[in-house]
Amino acid sequence: MAIETEAGTTQRPGGPDPVGTPGAGAWWARPALHTGVIGAIIGYAFGHWLGNYWAVPTANSPAAYQQIGTSDGNDFAIVLGYTFMLVGWLIGLGVFNDLVKLMLGKRLPQNGHEANGGVAKYFRFTLDHKVVGIQYLIGMIIYFCTAGLLAMGIRTELLSPVHHVFSSSVYVEIVGEHGTMMMMLMTSVILGPFGNYLIPLMIGSKRVAFPRIEALSFWLTPAAFLVLLSALPLGGFHFGWTGYPTLSVQDTSGADAYAFAFGLMGISMILASFNILVTVICYRAPGMRWGRLPMFVWGILGTGTMMALAAPILSGGMYMLLLDRTAQTAFFTDNLGGSTYLYEDLFWFFGHPEVYILALPGFAIVSELLPVFTRKPLFGYKVASAGMIGVTLLSFFVWQHHLFDSGIDPDMRPLYMLTTELISIPTGFIFLVGMGTLWKAKIRFTVPMLFCLAFYFNFLIGGISGVYLSDVPADTTEHGSFFVMAHFHYTIMGGLIFAFMGGCYYWLPKMMGISLNEKLGRVHFWLMFIAFNSTFLPLFAVGLAGQPRRVFEYARNLTTLNDWVSISSFFLGVSILIFIINFVWSTVVVRNRETGNPWKSRGLEWQVSSPPPADNFETVPVVLSGPYEYGVKDAPPVADLNPPVGVLAAGLSESETARAEA
Amino acid sequence: MAAETSAPATGAGEREPNHGMRIFIIWLVLALASDLLIWFVLGPHLPPGDLASAANGQQFDIKVMSAMAAPVMVFVLIQFIYSLIVWRHREGDEEDGPPIHGNTRVQVTWITLTTVIVLCLFGFGTYELVNGPGAGAGSGEGPSPIVNPPGAELTVAQQMAPYSASKPLVIQVIAQQWRFTYRYPQFGGFETTYLAVPQNQWVEFDVTSIDVIHDFWAYQLGVKADADPGVNNVAYTKPLQLGSITVRCDELCGLWHGAMYDYGSVMTQSAFQSWATASQAHFADVTKMLPPYATTYDPTEIKQLGTVLVKLGLTGAGGGYYPPNDPSQP
Ligand SMILES: [Cu+2]
Repeated sequence: MAIETEAGTTQRPGGPDPVGTPGAGAWWARPALHTGVIGAIIGYAFGHWLGNYWAVPTANSPAAYQQIGTSDGNDFAIVLGYTFMLVGWLIGLGVFNDLVKLMLGKRLPQNGHEANGGVAKYFRFTLDHKVVGIQYLIGMIIYFCTAGLLAMGIRTELLSPVHHVFSSSVYVEIVGEHGTMMMMLMTSVILGPFGNYLIPLMIGSKRVAFPRIEALSFWLTPAAFLVLLSALPLGGFHFGWTGYPTLSVQDTSGADAYAFAFGLMGISMILASFNILVTVICYRAPGMRWGRLPMFVWGILGTGTMMALAAPILSGGMYMLLLDRTAQTAFFTDNLGGSTYLYEDLFWFFGHPEVYILALPGFAIVSELLPVFTRKPLFGYKVASAGMIGVTLLSFFVWQHHLFDSGIDPDMRPLYMLTTELISIPTGFIFLVGMGTLWKAKIRFTVPMLFCLAFYFNFLIGGISGVYLSDVPADTTEHGSFFVMAHFHYTIMGGLIFAFMGGCYYWLPKMMGISLNEKLGRVHFWLMFIAFNSTFLPLFAVGLAGQPRRVFEYARNLTTLNDWVSISSFFLGVSILIFIINFVWSTVVVRNRETGNPWKSRGLEWQVSSPPPADNFETVPVVLSGPYEYGVKDAPPVADLNPPVGVLAAGLSESETARAEA
Repeated sequence: MAAETSAPATGAGEREPNHGMRIFIIWLVLALASDLLIWFVLGPHLPPGDLASAANGQQFDIKVMSAMAAPVMVFVLIQFIYSLIVWRHREGDEEDGPPIHGNTRVQVTWITLTTVIVLCLFGFGTYELVNGPGAGAGSGEGPSPIVNPPGAELTVAQQMAPYSASKPLVIQVIAQQWRFTYRYPQFGGFETTYLAVPQNQWVEFDVTSIDVIHDFWAYQLGVKADADPGVNNVAYTKPLQLGSITVRCDELCGLWHGAMYDYGSVMTQSAFQSWATASQAHFADVTKMLPPYATTYDPTEIKQLGTVLVKLGLTGAGGGYYPPNDPSQP
């Protein structure tokens, strides 16, 4: 409660704003991407040297080098290299500059908001949440496309059951890179760009709670991405995205990159989620009651909660794995007293909430967009938010359904069967809300709306196939097969990524002040929708017919289905290419200006100009009604953007009274 | 179902049709049709077939789940498609839709129905797991299974007792990169790479690994169990018909995971017995060199090797499976 009161005061007009890096000086002299890269190179060289120095055999321990390396390389040197590389990268980016200045007793002169245009700010460590949002957006698109290209590689190999494009080693490396990159980086595909950019606008705040932490969370993602890719020159890793020991303990040095990158991304998730959670809880404008919070904010709130609670387990597990590989611990080695089950539990205790970290932002976007394009209030606002809270809570109680066949205590299986099936109830809420909102609506088939509708279709298939997996006997056939793979691609690709695309078409006019080409958008949608379903629907059958995941050889009678899937997946790739072309074409070449509110949305973020002013709002607005009051006669405007000082003060005290009552 | 709503009809001109009733009728017809199709046409052909009791149980579960899921899926789809057609935006209509904020009756109905369905599925799944034809559904139950067929043998002594057709046949599955080996303790503990099982007799698989985690998936038998180093993971099935078996590794175990498969067959009781006794004699010389039968193995065949290596300062978390100067084993 004390925090909230404090936040209320900082929200007052004229209150302190985040302050940050000064704006003077030539571009190359200021800390930015290039200085970060220089710092990273120096850091890696130093760390690697240090690791080798410590490992040089001496008279006392002639086997030191070999002891430290559990595989063919000196893993200790590699991990130290990564660690110092990270430190160098952050120093180079100027992450610690303000801290040092404060310690030296200097003043931090400038407002952190980047009011001036120019591309340079996107390459810097910046305290402006809108710049961080765009950085995340571009970053996420790059990560997604890289991992997507790897998926094309997988499907190319699977064109034939016996003829091989890749060696077995390269194939497994590609599978692992694709899976890990998608699963670790796409956790932030919506929370990163849209969450960071839009949430302050949606809750009527001029700033986020922790701008430095927010920026840091972003600048860790390129590091995690590049470290993960660096596994390839190190010989790759050969255990998929799950990294089960003892395989991952024995594997070549690429495994260090996997564990380091995944753990690092865990830290990024923790940082990003804390910033978002505190922002939503403490920085809402007067009148932005919980009952008026946009669904998108509810969804991101749930996502942030899961991230904050699950990601530490991931980072812990990954760093235990690194210790096993370098420091001679044996957390996960059975005959030295460790346990592989420990890793499996740690991994899936993160891994299952992660699946909902990937699903909930999708729920959030479709629930946010549906009222706009049906021109109706959201059906069952409380049901929708309860659904999101329910998913958030239950997601922590289901993880052992990944281990039904693993030899865990068999007594536990009915319990996990129950919890897993229970989670389909709050998920069903989201569908109820969708159906209710469409009821007697005036549905406008805009491009973002098409993506939302496709989300419901895809997630219906993904969700219902998930119920099969919760049933122990049915799961015995489906576990570890292409059925599972099809299932989670339906929820993640068909859910999250479709929602992300919808969000792009919907919010890019707001974020960049340009609208994406609609014709290309429609071509993109239809190709992506058809190709996606054509790719993943047959994989349910492939899995049930007995094809395990991550194999490069399969039964001859499944060739036709696999070829069909592969060819469809190439079309899916083309559809993403169309999106990229549309994105670049519309934002760089044509630049069709969009300044107003093209969707006639009641969302608070649309009540300011596009792109929003540097400080979001001139003064903190007073929220007057909910965001979905479409068709309600005499509904007050969503907010008063220029409340007289007296009104604002009254609004503040009113909201504080309301809080006190609640 | 939950389709009807008490929201006031908009537009005074034409009479608003009863959308709820229309959707209900379409749903009823399609849901019935799809359920009949699933049960009678698709059902008998659903994977993983009916070669063994565990497979049979899984097939039944998949059939029942499909029959329960289809009406839900059909309902949601019809609701969406109906709405998209009937309530699409008409050119020139700039008015907003009716301000329906919710409907308690619909919400309560939906929540109740989904909860009931979910609880039914849970009850059904648990019943099938415990009492189904598969004894533990054919999935790995760990070293101390709770669902056992009559006469299950869980100690080394029991498992090494001579074979009898009246109790389960014990087969130890030893996984290693990148091969499964099958050991028959009731026949002197010989090892082979061909999986032979008798018809109409419970088979107990004791699955373990000597290096990394694998997963023993005998598709037609409906058996899937992780092979963990140092762990004995037990799964049961009862082959019901003669036929061939495909075994695949179902947990990524390194470079040649994709090539880790082999075959086997369900034989008649007498054929199996003569195969087993012949194999026992054939492999007798090899069997002598094998480590004594145990539920788990230390791959280096030196007891407590890990501890010894630690004393010598020769290993760390490499697991002791491969001494540090061996080539890496991804
Ligand atoms: Cu294997």
